[in-house]
Amino acid sequence: MSSVVELAHTNGKARHRGKVKVPTITLAHGGGGKAMHDLIDDVFLEVFDNENQSPLEDQARLSLSAFAALGDRLAFTTDSYVVKPLDFPGGNIGKLAICGTVNDLAVGGAVPLYLSCSVIIEEGLPVDTMRMVARTMAETALAAGVRVVTGDTKVVERGACDKLFINTAGVGVIRAGVDMGVDKAKPGDAILVNGLLGDHGAAILNARGDMQLTTPIESDCAFLHGLIDALLSAVPATRFLRDATRGGLATVLNEVAEASQVGVEIYEDRTPIRSEVKGFCEILGLDPLYLANEGKIVCVVPREDADTALAALKSHPLGEGAAKIGEVTDGRPGRVVMQTVFGGRRIVDMLVGEQLPRIC
Amino acid sequence: MKYVDEFRDPEKARFLLEEIRVLVPRIQSERATSDPIYIMEVCGGHTHAIFRYGVETMLPKGIELIHGPGCPVCVLPMGRVDDCVALAHMPGMIFTTFGDAMRVPGSKESLLQAKANGADVRMVYSPLDSLQIAKNNPDRQVCFFALGFETTMPSTALTVLRAKKEGIRNFTLFCNHITIIPTIKAILDSPDLQLDGFLGPGHVSMVIGNSSYRFIAEHYKKPLVIAGFEPLDILHGIWMVLKQIAEGRCEIENQYKRVVPEGGNTVALDAIGQVFELREFFEWRGLGSIDHSGVRIRDSFAEFDAERRFSVPALKIADPKSCQCGEVLKGVIKPWDCKVFGRDCTPETPLGALMVSSEGACAAYYQYGDIEKIHDTRELVEEVA
Repeated sequence: MSSVVELAHTNGKARHRGKVKVPTITLAHGGGGKAMHDLIDDVFLEVFDNENQSPLEDQARLSLSAFAALGDRLAFTTDSYVVKPLDFPGGNIGKLAICGTVNDLAVGGAVPLYLSCSVIIEEGLPVDTMRMVARTMAETALAAGVRVVTGDTKVVERGACDKLFINTAGVGVIRAGVDMGVDKAKPGDAILVNGLLGDHGAAILNARGDMQLTTPIESDCAFLHGLIDALLSAVPATRFLRDATRGGLATVLNEVAEASQVGVEIYEDRTPIRSEVKGFCEILGLDPLYLANEGKIVCVVPREDADTALAALKSHPLGEGAAKIGEVTDGRPGRVVMQTVFGGRRIVDMLVGEQLPRIC
Repeated sequence: MKYVDEFRDPEKARFLLEEIRVLVPRIQSERATSDPIYIMEVCGGHTHAIFRYGVETMLPKGIELIHGPGCPVCVLPMGRVDDCVALAHMPGMIFTTFGDAMRVPGSKESLLQAKANGADVRMVYSPLDSLQIAKNNPDRQVCFFALGFETTMPSTALTVLRAKKEGIRNFTLFCNHITIIPTIKAILDSPDLQLDGFLGPGHVSMVIGNSSYRFIAEHYKKPLVIAGFEPLDILHGIWMVLKQIAEGRCEIENQYKRVVPEGGNTVALDAIGQVFELREFFEWRGLGSIDHSGVRIRDSFAEFDAERRFSVPALKIADPKSCQCGEVLKGVIKPWDCKVFGRDCTPETPLGALMVSSEGACAAYYQYGDIEKIHDTRELVEEVA
C-alpha cells in the first residue's frame, strides 16, 4: 500500500488542505504527487475526517480494549463494488459500499465498527462524481455508526476499469454467546425474510436503460445491523442469517440446504415480491428469486421462535414487510423446493451463470 | 398482478385437474391400454412455464408431456454458432444478440466466451436496439443475430424495413429465423414417433393464425389446441386435447383467443413477406435438414444480409455423437434417458443445446425437474441393461 491515504488520520488543524481545481480525474491524480494529495484532501478527507484523528500514517490504529469490551471475537470482511450505473434509484455505489460491508459483518452477529475504503478510478471520471460518491459514503457511515478509518486511491487508464470500483473491508465485534452458521439449520426450523425481494436487481437492470421500461422500482440498499440486533435480542437462538445479495434468495437457500445437509421448502404465495418486480421479470423472462437484494436477510430460526422472530423483524422499519416463507425439512439434503402459487412443485436450483433474458 | 394472477388461480386449476383425472382413465379404458397419452407442447415458452409452475407434477400419471422443438436457441446447429462467433470476431464489428443465445456452445467458443476473448458482443432486447447501436456507431459494422420462429420474425422484418427507409449502411442481420409448420410436419413423418395430440404455440399462432395447422388434423388425424403461456392456459389446453381424444375428434382449436386471431396478424405477415423468403432447406440441431424450414433475406434487401456482405465460414459441424438431442426433441426418449444427461452434459458444460436455454427440455428437467424420479429411472434402466 505505497500510496495509502490515511483518511481519518490526518491532523486537520495542523495541515493545509489541498483543493482539486480541475473538473475530471486524470492519471496525475494517481501519481503520488501533489495532484493526488489534493484529491485526497479535497474529496475524501473533507468528508471522512472524524474525531479519531492522529498523524497521517500508513495504517489505522485501533484500540484493542475497545473491541474487547463489546464481545469475544473479531469479525473481518471485505467486498468490492463494481455496480453499473454508479447512480441508481435508491442509492449509488457509495451507499452500496458502506451498507454491503456493514451487512456482511452484521449477519455474523457482529457489531460493525470500522471500515476501509479503497477506490480504483478510471481516468476521465468527473471529480464531482467522486465527490458525490464520497459524500454519500460518509453520510451512510455516519448514519450506520461506523467509521471509515483508512483507505487508498488508484487511478487507472481508460478502459482498465469501468468508471469507479470501490473496495471496503470492515471489522466488527461478535457478541459473546452468538454463534450462527450456514451449517446449523435443522429440520423444522422456520425460514423468514425481512421484506420485498428483488428490488435492487430490478432497479439496477432498469437503470441501465436498455429496456426502456418506466418503473418506479428503487434499490432496497440499506444497512441492517439495527434490524439484526432487534432479531438477535428477541431470538438469541437464531441459527443462521445471510444477506441475499448476488444470486438472490434462491442462492442463499441452496447454500443453507447444502451446508446443513437438509431440505428446504418455500411457498411462492408467501414470498413477498412487489408486483412491479414480478411484472418486470415477466417481461424479461427473469426469475425474481435470483434477483439481487441489498437490504434483505434470510433468517433461519427454530420453529418455536418463528413468531417471536417475525414480530421482532416487523417491529423495525426495515422489517415491516417481513414474512415466514418456508421451513427446513428432512427432505433430500441440498434440495430447495418451491410450492408454486399454482399448486405445483418445482426445484429451485443454484443459478449456473448470469441470468440471461429469454428470447420470446 | 393484474392480467397475470387470474391465469394462475389454483382454484380453477383444481377444477381442471379433476376433469383431466376423469378423462385420462376414460380414454385409456376405451383404448384398452394403460399406455400414457402423449401430448407434445411444440413451443419452448410452454416448456418453460410447465416447469416453472410445476404443471407436470400436478398431472395424473396417464399423461406424458413431450417437450417439442419450439426453442429456437436449442435447435440452432453448432455451425451457425461458429458463424456468429466468426462474425463477432471480425475487426470493427459490434455483434448484437438476444441474451439466451449467449451461452449456446459453438465448436470452439460460445458468444459469451467470444466476448470474454475480446469480441464486442452486446446483449439487446429487440432488433431495434441493435439498429440504434448502428446509428450511434456509424464508423462500425453492427450485426444482429436474428433468431426465432414467426414470433420474433416480424420485429426483425420491421427493423430491416426501417433500416432501408433510413438508409442505414452499417447494419446487417445474420438470419437464422425458422418456421414452425415444416418442422411439425417433419416430426409427424418421423417413424418412431408416439404422439396423441399437440399443444400449439401461442405466440407463433398470433402471427400466422390457425389455418396453417389444418393438415395436422385433416391429414395426420391429431388434435391440436393453440394455448397461452400461463399455467392455467396450459392445463386448459391439455384438457381440450384430452376432450377431443375422448370424443374421437381431431380439430384445430384455439384456447388462446384473447391473443390469437383466426387469420393471424396481417401487418406482421406482410412485413415478413416483404423482407424474407423461404430457404430450400435449413439445418436443425438434432433433427437434421428440414425442407423449407428456414427463411433468408430477399435479394431486394441483400445489403442487410450478413451472409452476403461478409465471408461467413458456413461450415457444417456434426452434433456431438454422444448427444441424443434429436430423440429428446421428437419425444422418443426422455431427457434423463440420454447417455450424457447430467453427467457430461450439464447446464455448466452443455454438450447439446437442449441443456443451454431454460426453454430446453434437458435444462428444464435438470433445473426444475424431479431429479429423484430421473435418478430412479436411470438406475432402473442401468439395472436392466
